[in-house]
Amino acid sequence: MITADQRPKYLNLFRIRLPLPGWVSILHRISGFALFIFGGALLYLLQEVLRSPEGYMHVRAITGNWLVKLFLVGLLWSFLHHFFAGVRFLLLDVHVAGDLRATRITSAAVLIVSLVLTAIVGVWLW
Amino acid sequence: MVKQIVTGAHYGLKDWLAQRITALVMAVYVIAFAGMLMVCPVQGHEQWRALFSNQFMRVATLIFFLSVFWHAWVGMRDILMDYVKHTGVRLGLEVVVVLILVAYALWAVEILWSL
Repeated sequence: MITADQRPKYLNLFRIRLPLPGWVSILHRISGFALFIFGGALLYLLQEVLRSPEGYMHVRAITGNWLVKLFLVGLLWSFLHHFFAGVRFLLLDVHVAGDLRATRITSAAVLIVSLVLTAIVGVWLW
Repeated sequence: MVKQIVTGAHYGLKDWLAQRITALVMAVYVIAFAGMLMVCPVQGHEQWRALFSNQFMRVATLIFFLSVFWHAWVGMRDILMDYVKHTGVRLGLEVVVVLILVAYALWAVEILWSL
């Protein structure tokens, strides 16, 4: 039993048990940050694909590397999670699925759907 | 008295609303784009180039990109406001983010209109 004066004086992130909506939220932030940081690389790939046949082959060569593929699958997950979590936030804004039970269900759905879609599209494009 | 500090925010609805509206614009573009790819797959340099040479596609894509960059600004500003406590450092990082996003926007125009 923790009494009032034994309360933690600081937040230890590793001792917090985050509920599912919390995971969706922090992963939404992390995935958004990742997309900002690596957005330039994606623009570069688009530029090369559109520039010339040589540029296109260049992109094929770059993305042929398994490490690059793994990285792009990570960005794909970032995009999909950010997308579905974002749609969920927009629905919450207009008071759809806002009660405790519904928020847990939609959180699980966002986490599962983005992971499954990442796996499907990732395997398909690999 | 309200103590105002430099956050890059206007303490109002504008950024919050912009985040939502740009999100909707991006969602419409992404769903339409994914649907189009499923109906008729695009392959090879020539087909991709032809797709983005279409004037409607070009303008729609630019609107999508501008939404992405505006949305990224609001999100990055939120992150910086939450984690960077030092006002000067935060302002500096916000300027860097804005410069990167403006450069991305100009780059996107160049990519699309040099086809």
